[in-house]
Amino acid sequence: MAEEVSVREAYGKTLVELGKENQDIVVLDADLSRSTMTQFFAGEFPERFFDCGIAEQNMVGIAAGLAASGKMPFASTFAVFAPGRCFDQIRMSIAQPGLNVKLVTTHGGISVGEDGTSHQSIEDLSLICSLPGFTVIVPADAIETAQAVKVAAASYGPVYIRLCRPKIPLVYNQGYRFILGKAVTMRQGKDATVIAIGLMVSVALEAAEDLKREGIDCRVLNMPTLKPVDEAAIIKAASETGAIVTAEEHLEHGGLGSIVARVLAKHQPVPMEFVAIKDTYAKSGKAAELLQRYGLTAKYIKQAVHAVIKRM
Amino acid sequence: MPLPESSDSSPITSAQNTKAEVFSSSASVTEMEAIAKRLRRHIISMTGKAGSGHPGGSLSAVEIVTALYFRLLRHKPSDPGWSDRDRFILSKGHAAPLLYATLAECGYFPVDELLTLRQLDSRLQGHTDRTVTPGVEMSAGALGQGLSFAIGVALAGRLNSQPYRVYVLLGDGECDEGQVWEAAMAAAHFKVDNLVAIVDNNGQQIDGWNRDVMNLEPFNKKWQAFGWHVIEVDGHAFTQLIDAFEQAKSVRGKPTVVIAHTIKGKGVSFMENNPDFHGKAPNAAEVEIALKELE
Repeated sequence: MAEEVSVREAYGKTLVELGKENQDIVVLDADLSRSTMTQFFAGEFPERFFDCGIAEQNMVGIAAGLAASGKMPFASTFAVFAPGRCFDQIRMSIAQPGLNVKLVTTHGGISVGEDGTSHQSIEDLSLICSLPGFTVIVPADAIETAQAVKVAAASYGPVYIRLCRPKIPLVYNQGYRFILGKAVTMRQGKDATVIAIGLMVSVALEAAEDLKREGIDCRVLNMPTLKPVDEAAIIKAASETGAIVTAEEHLEHGGLGSIVARVLAKHQPVPMEFVAIKDTYAKSGKAAELLQRYGLTAKYIKQAVHAVIKRM
Repeated sequence: MPLPESSDSSPITSAQNTKAEVFSSSASVTEMEAIAKRLRRHIISMTGKAGSGHPGGSLSAVEIVTALYFRLLRHKPSDPGWSDRDRFILSKGHAAPLLYATLAECGYFPVDELLTLRQLDSRLQGHTDRTVTPGVEMSAGALGQGLSFAIGVALAGRLNSQPYRVYVLLGDGECDEGQVWEAAMAAAHFKVDNLVAIVDNNGQQIDGWNRDVMNLEPFNKKWQAFGWHVIEVDGHAFTQLIDAFEQAKSVRGKPTVVIAHTIKGKGVSFMENNPDFHGKAPNAAEVEIALKELE
């Protein structure tokens, strides 16, 4: 098993690096800086850090005003509170004018664990991907997180980056370079393709390894940029392997699965299965228990691959 | 008004400072009264032609916006992005006809364009859109968002040691929104004394009088309790408005709110204190009567 590393710490440390290089970077948080790890930036650059208290709508508006005045704000809270708590503010103050705000949220998905439903963000990707002009990134490990944050800082316009709470296995080595809008082939294969995001990428790789022992040669794609999605990579995987399974820590509705299905329906219809949270809220429990309960483990990916191959 | 000496080393400002003339109108009260009348006529004509829009809350804030653009603000109509400009942020985005009329009278775009309000492909959208209209700072219309935005603009000015001041206009009904009070708390907490909020306190919102729909009182005390310097004025009296804005410049360590008592629909007899004209345009006959009253 690969080393497990915190994506949140990778974010926090990368922000400090960026803050040293670019005086226009400012950071906002909503009383969660110790969890989102913006505390590192706050410690290093207190004059450029604004804790907005437990007021996400206001935080988003302040970030927009800073961006409209030439600053590059990174605003952080839990994924359940942004976009959930402040969707209209993100829509009108950031997305419509296309302002240069980077929303980096943590504790996405159900792996937040024991805090339960109120803190489990299972709709955020659907909400944020619905906004014209937003770039949406879900990194698969700490190395990709650091890369994605740097790429976000090097681009102009609204970006949403979704991170999870637990430490997750590294799926890349230090030489990896994230390219915005490009899928990454994590493993070649010809019988079917699993397209995954976030912590489900390492789970998909684990499933593919098991499937190999069963004689199924499964391709694995990481799709770190959910929007704009790499349509060419999806079409290529569909045409070369003939079947697609998506895997995400999000509702089946509106996330990776929906996006991939839309691309396939338009360009290359093939059988498809969805590994995602069904139309329900999750409960309190340990992250591993919840991922098991709501169908987000290698076992379920394998089942989905078997099912999709049968439909070919 | 002289161009202030640039004490600012920010890279985003220096190149542009000398590009265009600062609009440093120091209009007299008599001149501002004439401008206000022109703006009111524009508001009636624009909404009348469009067949929709928000005349009531545009008319109530005419003196506030006139005093700012023709007396207070340092701005350059020929260079709307001038980084050191004083900012006027319209949070009550439905008063777009007033802002457009003002910007046109200042020279940001031709006055003729005003009659394209709300038409397909017009730069003058139903509510303000910062991506299309020269001089518009914020895409507004979803109420309650402007004060937060203004704090961000004010903080950026402070971080950059830029001399600009930030003025944001809110509706009183808009103050029903919780985000306004999140922002009120934050502005005091961050001590943004380069920020002035103005509340167009016309007493009415769509469903009727504020006191019946959602009581805001004690309004003055609410702002005080949130840590603001509060000034109350007659929002149609230029001298009171200008005195308040000048007084705010000397307030240190806290933001200032000017509660401007106004009359919704001010200047047109049948629109005054009539909530029907919050979001309804005058018909052709009403336009004729209104313009006659505003001669």
